[in-house]
Amino acid sequence: MGFFWTIATLFVALAITWRYLGSYMAAVFDGRVHFLGWLERPLYRALGTSPEHEQTWKRYAVSLIIFSGVSLGLTYLILRIQGSLPLNPQHLGAVSPALSFNTGVSFLTNTNWQAYGGETTMSYFSQMGALTVQQFVSPAVGIVAAVVLVRGFSRRSSSTVGNFWVDLTRCLFYILLPIAFIAGIIFVGQGAVETLAGTATIHDVLNGVSQTIARGPIGFMEAIKQLGTNGGGFLDQNSATPFENPTALTNWLSIYLLLSIPFSLTYTFGKMVGSIRHGATLLVAMLVIFGSFLTIGTYAEHQPNPAVAAAGVVHQPTGNMEGKEVRFGDTSTALFGVASTQTSTGSADASYDSFNPMGGFALLGGMMMGEVSPGGTGSGLYTILLMAIIAVFIGGLMIGRTPEYLGKRIQAKEIKLAGLGVLAMPMIVLTLTGIAVSIHAGRAGPLNAGPHGFSEILYAFVSQGNNNGSAFGGISANTAFYNIAGAIDMLVGRFGVMIPVLALGGALAAKNVVPAGLGTFRTDNTMFVGLVVGVIVIVGGLTFFPAMSLGPIVEQLSHGKFF
Amino acid sequence: MLSNFRPAIVMAAIAMAFFGFVYAFAGTGVAQLVFSHQANGSITANGSTLIGQNWSDTVCPGHPLGSCVFQGRPDDLGPYAANPKQGVAGGDNPLIACQSFPGKKPVCTNGESAATNLGPRSKVLLENTRALIRYWHARGVNPTTDLVTTSGSGYDPDITPADAIAEIPMVSKATGISPARLRSLIAKETHGPELGFLGSRYIDVLQLNEALAKLR
Repeated sequence: MGFFWTIATLFVALAITWRYLGSYMAAVFDGRVHFLGWLERPLYRALGTSPEHEQTWKRYAVSLIIFSGVSLGLTYLILRIQGSLPLNPQHLGAVSPALSFNTGVSFLTNTNWQAYGGETTMSYFSQMGALTVQQFVSPAVGIVAAVVLVRGFSRRSSSTVGNFWVDLTRCLFYILLPIAFIAGIIFVGQGAVETLAGTATIHDVLNGVSQTIARGPIGFMEAIKQLGTNGGGFLDQNSATPFENPTALTNWLSIYLLLSIPFSLTYTFGKMVGSIRHGATLLVAMLVIFGSFLTIGTYAEHQPNPAVAAAGVVHQPTGNMEGKEVRFGDTSTALFGVASTQTSTGSADASYDSFNPMGGFALLGGMMMGEVSPGGTGSGLYTILLMAIIAVFIGGLMIGRTPEYLGKRIQAKEIKLAGLGVLAMPMIVLTLTGIAVSIHAGRAGPLNAGPHGFSEILYAFVSQGNNNGSAFGGISANTAFYNIAGAIDMLVGRFGVMIPVLALGGALAAKNVVPAGLGTFRTDNTMFVGLVVGVIVIVGGLTFFPAMSLGPIVEQLSHGKFF
Repeated sequence: MLSNFRPAIVMAAIAMAFFGFVYAFAGTGVAQLVFSHQANGSITANGSTLIGQNWSDTVCPGHPLGSCVFQGRPDDLGPYAANPKQGVAGGDNPLIACQSFPGKKPVCTNGESAATNLGPRSKVLLENTRALIRYWHARGVNPTTDLVTTSGSGYDPDITPADAIAEIPMVSKATGISPARLRSLIAKETHGPELGFLGSRYIDVLQLNEALAKLR
C-alpha cells in the first residue's frame, strides 16, 4: 500500500507541475516574465547583448560552444589548483589532470559521472564554485537547446532562433534558482547537512567508537543536483547517504524534482507551438516507456537476491536489500533508480551494481532508449522530438506523402540531421565498449566476474554516452583509459546530439507552414504515440540488444551459477 | 567568433558568483539559522543519528563482543560491522572510524562511505553472506535479510523492527532483560513511515541502544 501511495502522490504532484510549470516555462522563453527585470537589464549590459538582439542558429551554436569551452576550462583550472584555494578545511590537494578533465567534461555535459569520492577529493570551493555552478548551467544549456528546436516549429520563415545569452539567463534565474532554493530548505529541514565547518568528530561511550564524519554544504547542492537532472552528489555514495538524502520524504522529493522539468517541458513545447495536444502526445509516449521499465525494475527488486538466498536466507520479504537503505525499502529504491536513469540524472540512493539482473536491465534499458522517457532537462525533449521526426518520416513513407510535423515539411536535410542526432550516441557507446573489452586497460576495470563484469563496462559507457552519470559502482573508473574514453563518450553524447538539434531548429524556423489538409498524417493521436514508441524501441532496443544479452540477460538466465 | 568570448567569460564569472557562492552561502545562512541541528549533522551526545556506527565490537563482560547491544547492518569494510574478525575495527566508516578496547590502543580504519557493489550472482557475496549467517547463528540469532546484506551508503543508521526483534535472543541473554521488555522497547523506538506512507518503518540503532542503556 505504501508504494501505491508513493506513486499516486507523485503522479498527482507531477500532473499539477506539468500544467503550471510547463506554461510558466513557456512564458519565460516567450519573454513574458519580467519580475527580475531589475536584475536582467544590468546582466545583459555586462554581456553586451539584449533580448531584441536575435541570433541565427549558427551564432547561437557558436555562443553555446564557446561558453561551454570557457566553462570547461574554468572547472579544470579550479580542480587543478584547489590546494591553493580557500574553503578547503580538509586540506585536499590538487586533482590529477586526467580526473580533472573527466570531471570537467562530466559536469559540463550534465552527466555528473564521478570517478572520484567527493568527500575525500573535492574541497568545498571546488564543490560550490566549480561543480554546483555547472549543475545550474548545464541543465540550462540543455533547456535552451530544446527551446531552439521548439522555436523551429513555432516560428515561420524566420532566420533567427533567439538569443543564447538571454535564454540562458532567464532559464537560470526564473526557473532553476527559485525552485532549487526552496527544495534546498526542505532537504536541510529533513536532515541534509549544510555547513561550511569541516569534518565532525564524535565519540560514543556506549560502544567505544569514535568517528570522523565528512560534512559540507551538501543540502542545497542536493536540490539542484536533482532538479537539474545532474546527479553528482557531494558524497561518494550519493543519495544513499543520510547526509544527502536523510528520509523517505527527501527520497520522494528527489524523484519529484528530477522528473518535474523533463516532463513539464512537453507542456512548454505544446504551449509554444500552439497545440497542447502535441505536447501531451509526447508525454504519453514517455510515460509508456517509463511505466514499462518501472514495472520491470520494481518487480525485479522485490525478488530475493540470488546470492543471499543461496547462502541460506531464502525468505526475503523486504526484497533484494543488498546495497539498499532500510529507510527507503526495495520498491521506492527501484522507483528512484528507474526515475534517475531515465532522466539522465544518474543519482543513486542504492548500489545499482547490486540490483538483481532484471533490475539492472531496467536501469540500463532506460538509458539505452536514448534518455527520452522523460530524459534530461531539455535533452529529453529534443531527443524525443528527433524520434518524433523519424516517426513522421516513417509514417509518411507508409502512406506515400511528404512528411510534415506541426505544419513543417520534413525533408531530406531534416531527416539527415535527426538521423545524425539519434545515431551519435549508440555509435560512440558501442565503439568504446568494444574497445574497452578488447584491451587490458579496459578489462582491468570491473570488480565483478562473469557477465556482471561485462555489464559494469557496458553500463559505464551507456551512462556516459547518455549523459546520465550513474554507474555500476564496482568499476574502477579513475584510470587514464576510463577518464579519457569516458570524456570522449560524454562529449559526443552531448554535443553530437545538441549541434544537429540546433541546426534542425534553424532549418525548421526558416520554413513556412503548410496548411493541414485531409491527407495530413495526424501527429497528435494514439497511433502516433505507438509510432514514436516503436521508433524509440527499434533505435534503442535493436541497437543494444546484442550487448544487453551478454550482460543482464545472461545473468538472469544463469540459474544457480555464481561467478 | 572572438566577440563571443567576452559574454562567455562574463557569463561564467556571473554563474560562478551567483550559483556557486551566493547560492551556497545564502543556503548555509538560512540552514544554520532555521535548522541548525540538522544542518550540522544531527549530532547528539553519542554521535549522529544519521550515521551508523559499528556496534559489533562493543565490550560485553562475560559475553561475546557486541551481544549486549542491538547491532546495525553490516557494511563493506571489515569484513563487516557485525564483525566476525573480532578486534578489527571495521564497520561503519565515514572518513575515519576508531574503536577502543580496554587496555589496548584504539584501532582505526580510513575510508569513505561505500557499498560492496557486489553483483547478484557474485561468489564473493555468497561467501560473505555465509560468513554473516554463521556469525549470527553463533549468537542465537536467526538473521533477517537486512542483517546479512550491506547498505548502499555503508553506514545505514537504521534497521527494521523485524531486524531488531530477530536480535532479541542475543541481547536478552547478554543483558538479562526479558524478551517481553525488549519487545516493548523496540515498539516504542519504531518510527512509522514518513507521512504515514513513504518508505519503511525503521528504528534508529543509536537511539535504540541509548534507550536500552537507560533500561539497564
